[in-house]
Amino acid sequence: MPNQKQAAWKTASAKLTNTESQIVGQKMTLPKQLFFQALLLFITFTVVFPILWVVSMSFDPKADVMRPTTLKLIPDGFSLQAYLNILKKPTSNPVDLPTLFFNSLLLAAGSSFASVMVGVFAAYSFSRFKFAGRQVLMLAVIAVLILPNVATLAPLFVLLNRVQIDLGDITFNLRNSLLGVGLGLLTTLLPFSIWNLKGYIDTIPKELEEAAMIDGCSPNQTFFRIMLPLATPAIAITAFLGFMSGWTEFYLSWQFLTNPQNFTLAMALYNMTGQFASSTPWSHFSAMSVIIALPVSVVYLALQKYMSGGLTIGGVKG
Amino acid sequence: MATLTREKNSGPRDPRAPRKSFWRLVNPYFYLLPAMLVMAIMTYYPMGYGIWMSFTDFGLKNLRIDSAPPNGVGFQNYIDILTGAIAIPNFDFFYTLSFNLFWTFSNVAFHVVIGVLIAVLLNAKGLWFKGIYRAIFVLPIVIPTLVVARVWRNMFDPDFAAINQFLALMGGLVGFAPATFHIRWIESVTPPIPGIPLPLSYFALLITNIWLGWPFMTIVATGALQSISKDFYEAASIDGASPTQQFFSITVPLLRPAMVPAIIYGITLTFNLFNLIYFISGGGPLRQTEILVTTAFRLVNEQRLYGIAAAFAVFIALILLVITLITNRISRATESYDA
Repeated sequence: MPNQKQAAWKTASAKLTNTESQIVGQKMTLPKQLFFQALLLFITFTVVFPILWVVSMSFDPKADVMRPTTLKLIPDGFSLQAYLNILKKPTSNPVDLPTLFFNSLLLAAGSSFASVMVGVFAAYSFSRFKFAGRQVLMLAVIAVLILPNVATLAPLFVLLNRVQIDLGDITFNLRNSLLGVGLGLLTTLLPFSIWNLKGYIDTIPKELEEAAMIDGCSPNQTFFRIMLPLATPAIAITAFLGFMSGWTEFYLSWQFLTNPQNFTLAMALYNMTGQFASSTPWSHFSAMSVIIALPVSVVYLALQKYMSGGLTIGGVKG
Repeated sequence: MATLTREKNSGPRDPRAPRKSFWRLVNPYFYLLPAMLVMAIMTYYPMGYGIWMSFTDFGLKNLRIDSAPPNGVGFQNYIDILTGAIAIPNFDFFYTLSFNLFWTFSNVAFHVVIGVLIAVLLNAKGLWFKGIYRAIFVLPIVIPTLVVARVWRNMFDPDFAAINQFLALMGGLVGFAPATFHIRWIESVTPPIPGIPLPLSYFALLITNIWLGWPFMTIVATGALQSISKDFYEAASIDGASPTQQFFSITVPLLRPAMVPAIIYGITLTFNLFNLIYFISGGGPLRQTEILVTTAFRLVNEQRLYGIAAAFAVFIALILLVITLITNRISRATESYDA
C-alpha cells in the first residue's frame, strides 16, 4: 500500500513539475546542461587541485622528493614510505611524530572537554533561568567573543610565566607547558562554548522540561535527566569545534612552549615549510599535512549535516 | 496535590519553604559559577592586566617573578603605535589598518558573489550530479585552515610548485615559454598592476582565501534558495520577466535576510584571519600584507614588547567593537526587512 501511494504521489508530482516547467520554461536543454556541467567540472577541478597535489605527493613512491619538478596530481605508484620516514624525526627538533600527535590530541581534547563541561551549565542557566544580572553577564560573555585570542597573548604569557607548579617530584613553569597552553585556549574557547551551547539549547522546546517539572522533578533533576540527554548532539558538535581549534592551535603554543617534547603537530608543520625548511623534503611536508588534516576532516564531514543550519560552521575564530 | 496543600498549610513555620525559594533564587548563579570562575581567572583578569600593561614599558626585563615592576609610561605606547615609533621596520599602523579593512571587504565581496552564483547554478532544475558537486564543494570548509595555508604557500613557490607549473603547462599550449611563468608570488615587491599599490602576495592570499571562503556562502545561499517559493518565478515569467530580471528582483532580495548574518560572520572571520596571512605571506613583502592580528603576534613573539603589544590589543579591541556595532546595526535593519 505505501509503495502504491508513493508511486501515485511521484507520478502526480512529476506531472506537476512537468507542467510547471512548461509554464516557467525552465526545462534544461542539452547544450545548457553540458555548459553547466563543464562549468561545474572546472570549479570541481579548482577545489580538488590543491588536495590532489598534496595527497599525491605524500603517496609518491620516491618518498624523499625534495621538490617536485613536474606537476603531478596522480602519483606514479602508491607508497607509505614518506609517512614512515617522518615517524622518527619529522623536523630538526628532537621529537618524534607519536609525541607530537599525542600532544596535539591532549591539548585539543583537554581544552574542548573542559570548555564544554564547564560551559553547558552556564549555557543552561542563560537559556532557561530568569535572574538579576542575566543581561549584563551575557553581554560580558559575548564581548569576549569579539576579541581574537591574540589580543590576550601578552598578558597571558606574562601571567602564566609567573606560575611555578611544584608537585614534589614534578616542577614546571605553567607557561612552558601544555597545561598552560590549554588554559590559554580556554580564554576564548569557554565563552564560545557557552554561547554556542546556549544557541542550541534555546532551540530545544521547553515543554519536555515543563512536563518533568510538573511530574515533580527539581530544576537540577530536570537538567541532568532531561536537558543533558537532549543536548548531547549539541555538546558533541560544540566539543568538536573546540577540538578543531585546539588541534590547529598555533600562536599560543608557538609563543609559550620551548621544550621540543611539548611541541604540537601544528608547530611541526610550520617548521616544515618556509625559508628555514630548505632541507625538509616536500613529500614529508605533504605526509604531515595529511596526518593533521585527515582525522578532523573526516569527522567534520560526518558532522557537517548537523551544523549546516547555523553560523557555527567554520568554528572558533583562529 | 497532597504535598502542595500541606506546604501551604504549614506556612512560614516550615523551614523547607523559605529555603526552597532561596535555592530557586540562587540556582541560576550556582549553574553559572564554574564558568564564571574560570572566565574570571583566565579571561577577565588577563584582559584587565593587559590594559594595565598597556600603560607600562613592560618588556623582557620584567618577565621574571622577582624582577622589578615595569615603569608607568602613561599613553606613550598608544602614541608610539599611532606615530609608528616602534622598532619594527616599515611599521605603519594606519597602513596596516587600511590594508586590513580592504583585505576584509575585498575577500568577502568575492566570497558572496561567487558563492551565490554557484548556489544558483547548483539549484538549476534538472541539473545532473548535484549531490556529488555539493559533497565535493564542502571540502575547503572541513580541512583545517592552517594546513590549507601551508599547502598553498608551497604551491606558490616560484621554482617547484603547482601554480607556476600548471600555468606553464597551460601557457605551453598557446606557445609561451615556461620561463614566462617563473612568478615570484610571495616575494615580489613591485605591484603587478600599475597604479594599484598592492603586491603580488596580496593576490596570492586572495586566491587562497577565495578557494577557502566561497563554499560557506554557497551553503548558506543554497539553504535560502530552497526556501524561496517557486510561485514567485512562475508569476514573474508569466509577466514576461527575463531570467536576469528574475535573479535581480526575486532571488537577490529574498536571499538578503539569510546572507546578511553570513556576511557579518565572514567579515569578522576574515578581519582576524591570522592563520592564512601568517602562514602564506608572513605579512610580506615589506609588511605590505600584514594585518592587525599578525602585527600583534609579532610584537609579542619577535619584539617582546609586551607593553606595546598590550596597547596594540586595546586598539584591536576598539576597532572590532566599532565594526561589531556597525554590523549589528546593519543586521538589525535587515531583520525588519519585509520579504
